Amino acid sequence: MAAPRCSRCACLLLVFIYSLYVVVISEEPTPGNEQHASVVENPQTAAETEKQPTEERRWEATQVDETVPDDAAANKQDLPVPDSVLTSTPPLKDEFQEELVIRPLHSGDIYASFQFRTVWETDFTRGSKVSHYRLFPKSLGQVISKFSVRELHISFTQGYWRTMQWGQPYLPSPPGAELWVWFQDTVTDVDATWKELTNVLSGIFCASLNFIDSTNTVEPSASFKPLGIANGTDHRFLRYATLPREIVCTENLTPWKKLLPCGSKAGLAVLLKSEKLFHSSFHSQAVHIRPVCQDEPCKATSLELRQTLNVVFDLHASGQGKREWSLFKMFSRTLTEACPLASSSKIYIDVTDNPEEDQFELSPATHLLSQAVVLGDRRTFSVYDLTQQVTFGTVRSLNVLIRWKSTEGDMLRPLLHAERYVAGYGLQTGEIHTLMYNNHPFRSFPVLLLDSVPWYLRLYVHTLTVTSKGKDNKPSYIHYQPSKDRMRPHLLEMLVQLPPHSVTEVTVQFERALLKWTEYTPDPNHGFYVGSSVVSALVPSTVAMNTNITKEQPLFSTFFPTKEESSYFIRVYTEPLLVNLPTPDFSMPYNVICLTCTVVAVGYGSLYNLLTRSFQVEEPNPGLAKRIANVIRRMRGVPPL
Amino acid sequence: MGLLSDPNRRRALINLLTRLNAPICALCYFAGVCWFMGLAFEPFTLRTYMSENAMGSTMVEERFPSGERALATGKEFAAHKKKVGGMPVDWLVKTMQAQGLEVFTQSFSRTLPFPDENKERYIVKGTNVYGILRAPRAPRTEALVLSAPCSPGDNNNQAVGLLLGLAHYFRSQVFWAKDIIFLVNEHDLIGMQAWLESYHHTNTTGMDWSPLQGRGGSIQAALSLELSSDVITSLDIILEGLNGQLPNLDLANLFYAFCQKIGVLCTIQGRLQRNDWDSVSGYSHAVQTMMLMVMKQASGRPWGDHGLFLRYHIEAATIKGINSFRQYKTDITTVGRLLEGMFRKLNNLLERLHQSYFFYLMPSLSHFVSIGYYMPAFGLLAVILLLRALDLWVQLVSPPAVAADGVGDIAQQSSPGVLSVLTPLVISHLTGAALYILPTRFQEIAVEHFPVSETEAVVLTAIAVYTAGLALPHNTHRLLSGEGTEQGWRVLKLVAVLYLAVLLGCTALINFSLGFILALTLVPVAAFVTPHVPKTLSAVVLVILSPAFTLLFSVFFFQELEEMPVSFQDGWLLYLSVISQGILDHYLYGSLVYPLIALMVYPCWLLFWNILFWK
Repeated sequence: MAAPRCSRCACLLLVFIYSLYVVVISEEPTPGNEQHASVVENPQTAAETEKQPTEERRWEATQVDETVPDDAAANKQDLPVPDSVLTSTPPLKDEFQEELVIRPLHSGDIYASFQFRTVWETDFTRGSKVSHYRLFPKSLGQVISKFSVRELHISFTQGYWRTMQWGQPYLPSPPGAELWVWFQDTVTDVDATWKELTNVLSGIFCASLNFIDSTNTVEPSASFKPLGIANGTDHRFLRYATLPREIVCTENLTPWKKLLPCGSKAGLAVLLKSEKLFHSSFHSQAVHIRPVCQDEPCKATSLELRQTLNVVFDLHASGQGKREWSLFKMFSRTLTEACPLASSSKIYIDVTDNPEEDQFELSPATHLLSQAVVLGDRRTFSVYDLTQQVTFGTVRSLNVLIRWKSTEGDMLRPLLHAERYVAGYGLQTGEIHTLMYNNHPFRSFPVLLLDSVPWYLRLYVHTLTVTSKGKDNKPSYIHYQPSKDRMRPHLLEMLVQLPPHSVTEVTVQFERALLKWTEYTPDPNHGFYVGSSVVSALVPSTVAMNTNITKEQPLFSTFFPTKEESSYFIRVYTEPLLVNLPTPDFSMPYNVICLTCTVVAVGYGSLYNLLTRSFQVEEPNPGLAKRIANVIRRMRGVPPL
Repeated sequence: MGLLSDPNRRRALINLLTRLNAPICALCYFAGVCWFMGLAFEPFTLRTYMSENAMGSTMVEERFPSGERALATGKEFAAHKKKVGGMPVDWLVKTMQAQGLEVFTQSFSRTLPFPDENKERYIVKGTNVYGILRAPRAPRTEALVLSAPCSPGDNNNQAVGLLLGLAHYFRSQVFWAKDIIFLVNEHDLIGMQAWLESYHHTNTTGMDWSPLQGRGGSIQAALSLELSSDVITSLDIILEGLNGQLPNLDLANLFYAFCQKIGVLCTIQGRLQRNDWDSVSGYSHAVQTMMLMVMKQASGRPWGDHGLFLRYHIEAATIKGINSFRQYKTDITTVGRLLEGMFRKLNNLLERLHQSYFFYLMPSLSHFVSIGYYMPAFGLLAVILLLRALDLWVQLVSPPAVAADGVGDIAQQSSPGVLSVLTPLVISHLTGAALYILPTRFQEIAVEHFPVSETEAVVLTAIAVYTAGLALPHNTHRLLSGEGTEQGWRVLKLVAVLYLAVLLGCTALINFSLGFILALTLVPVAAFVTPHVPKTLSAVVLVILSPAFTLLFSVFFFQELEEMPVSFQDGWLLYLSVISQGILDHYLYGSLVYPLIALMVYPCWLLFWNILFWK
């Protein structure tokens, strides 16, 4: 028993020395230990003293990483003492933030985007086993460490984002389920790991991800780069798959909500009531896990989990002619508190289009404003900070209300917009048309188009044409991987330059394959889905495009457009396709059996008849008297006449 | 099988067939016609039933409330239409946008091969307006279409009004799983053709259209609406589409089921259903209804805007409001409820309509005859051709039995036959090609030299070529192969009979009605023609049974069935216009009846004409 105690002491001592050291270096008069304690008890205040604790945390974390393994090594024979680690390590290794952005859309609909972010200063890559979880969901943590996942992006979407009416979403996602994963480069058999991972995720999210197999998985070479920090981008460690047919409903929402630290008990998550969320025009929920830098020099990484939920409420379906939105009307709940575990909890309302309150009216009024460049556009937001008691006012509940004043507008012309359809008729061939619109008045920009087409649509690649403005547009990069029947899909990636103010049309013809009769789905006449194609682009920003910026900003700042704002990355998904394949009449086997049996019986019967019959010359019939005589003779035992 | 493997019995059977060939053929013909007439007899037909489970047992409630408002919208539309003198595009766009639809327009233009005198149009320019109701949480993979044509004059304003009313009402509902496209098409079928071609990015008829900006995925079903009065007495469903294609029977069943549920009088071919099937008048009513369907289907033209959808494997029907002087009146709210119900059921579909029949005839809306029942009628006619062919074959093979020694003799006899068969075959097909090509090519020349309009020129050229064909090809083989032999005409007739059998068989598979009507007239010709029958009489009979006269009779018969009998003079004019319409249908929508008749059936008939004048 002495050894553990001893180690505990050593550990404490080390911690103490280190913290003293920190204090000395930073020359901060506040005693470090005290601040620790306060942060532990009240994580909300962390935001206020943000700089200081993060710096300390960095020190603490490195220290723990160094000491704990040593410790464990020192007393390997003894029981591991998690207690000591817990008490000794400063527990502020993870942090949780929640946020809701509400954007009144151009069409009069309303867009609500939830983001829940958990950052955990841990590193699964080192191979050290992590067994203690606080805010980070354990089910995901175990998956990440077991399958050596570097990045994981999964989204479930019900509905199609209407770019022409709603503009760009904060986080795009294709209809159905989408999953893309970057594995660590230590993984030897990526395909097997991927298969296993999809099955596990299928269980976690209650979704049919187990239908992801080699026939719908691709390895995009350029379209999906790691979003977190990464050393290499060898696309052999990337897997991408979509299930356009996946239906998203409450059974997917519940496990998603369970991953939140506060569940749906407190904070913004109380608004997530499925009966309202699924009474909308668009619903998308996603989980993004990626490694991010812990701090400026980026010596160590932490793991970021972002859970996002986007929903668009329909103006026409729910309001009886009254154009009015409130939290209560949208979610049938109001807010009373922030999640106690959250370090920040805020509601942002996009009021950019509403500078003089002539579009809509917002109540309760808030004086807190925030500006950010989102999707290449400088937006202004009204902010409600839920960690402040003032926000809830005297009624102790917050119900943000938006009352529209103007009528709805025309369709938008988003800078980049894509759509896709199947052309032709009949069940033999067809043509896939992908249209990409560049609505920028004078800038052209390149886009990466990713198309993953199932093998049963046999693409004729020689018919691939890319035209814009009536002229041939030669892609500067083409990556094509042909399909293998029942093995893998077609993968087509292209880098295309979109001329300004144009429509670029990519067409490719295909032949519809005849499936084996067991390969048809139970509803073959519904058709077969082809997943959305993905258009990734660096789009010139509208901020840079704005020629009249001198009004708002000092002149010296506006001559050259700043580089950060000159273009921004967006990803646009086209609609999935529903393609009919030649479908047999499934009562046909019965008919075939009947028919073949008849044919075989008749054919075989007559042939057999001919083969076995003995042919002989027919004798003329004996007369009646002779026959009677013969019968009598046979009875008598005498040979017949 | 012993029957065929035994040479004696086989010989006996063949003897029987050749000896009794004429009576058996007559019997078959008679039986075929009787079978066909029996199809309309109610005990022989099946009751319609809903096969598609997704549309069968599910309950939907119809609550469409705003018929009055729809009528007001229709009036407004009429006013704007009058003001603009055509399609009020801007007004429609604005109205649809106000209802929360995504609105798009499409312009198109088409120059007809020759002026259409029925509709008085030659260079057609127009605009289609359509709005898409996006289904909530649907990924734009499936769509339904409701269309109403913007017709000239005072027609169809109520249909557009109801379409907009339904759009407004549907927009506020949440249960849609498929996008719904509300389409107002100008210049009826031409506009519809332009829209459909653009939607599927095909161009089969050389029309100019602007590409569509918005789509809703693959269209699962479509309804076209025609309403021209504020109240209606009954609703009529029109099924016959391009080339005699029919929508899945479930669509008709759906219509019938909702008419029953809501209590609207429903008709097919404009005829109510009668319950007294056992009386003569009841039976003749059913026969007339079925014959109307057969005539319409045989014409191969789309009988409503829905007809063009069928090419794209989209189940579609036209619903037409009829206002006659009956007591029973239905207001527009009820029609709206009926359409709402149908759309909600179609919205429930999990797969395309495929469960029920695609090949059927309907003697009444509640009864149908499936392909399995009507095909024997055609089969009985077709078997005559096979019997005749067998007879000819036996005759060709057995005469050498007299000469007994051999094969060389047969070869010697039939070898000149090859040329003598080929020549008329080629010449008659060239005549057919001329019939197909010349009318539209030579209209300018004809207009220059004769005092006729372009349309008359086309029709009269067609008739002239047809008639010239009678004079031209017969006996031409003599120039090449000298005197026609007895053997020669037999070989030619054998070829012609088999050709006709194949031709009619294929036609009947695709368009039963056309195949059957052609078989009714051509099979007797094929059966009796030899060079030895009295020439003049046979020639008259042959001409009367030729495809052109079949068409003439059909025109009169159709008018008779529609209870609008015409005098011979009017009938003749109607006949001419039917020919021009048939040619136009081919060039505008890709109907195959005109090329089939010109390139296949007419040359085949010419072969028999040739045989009659064999020397």
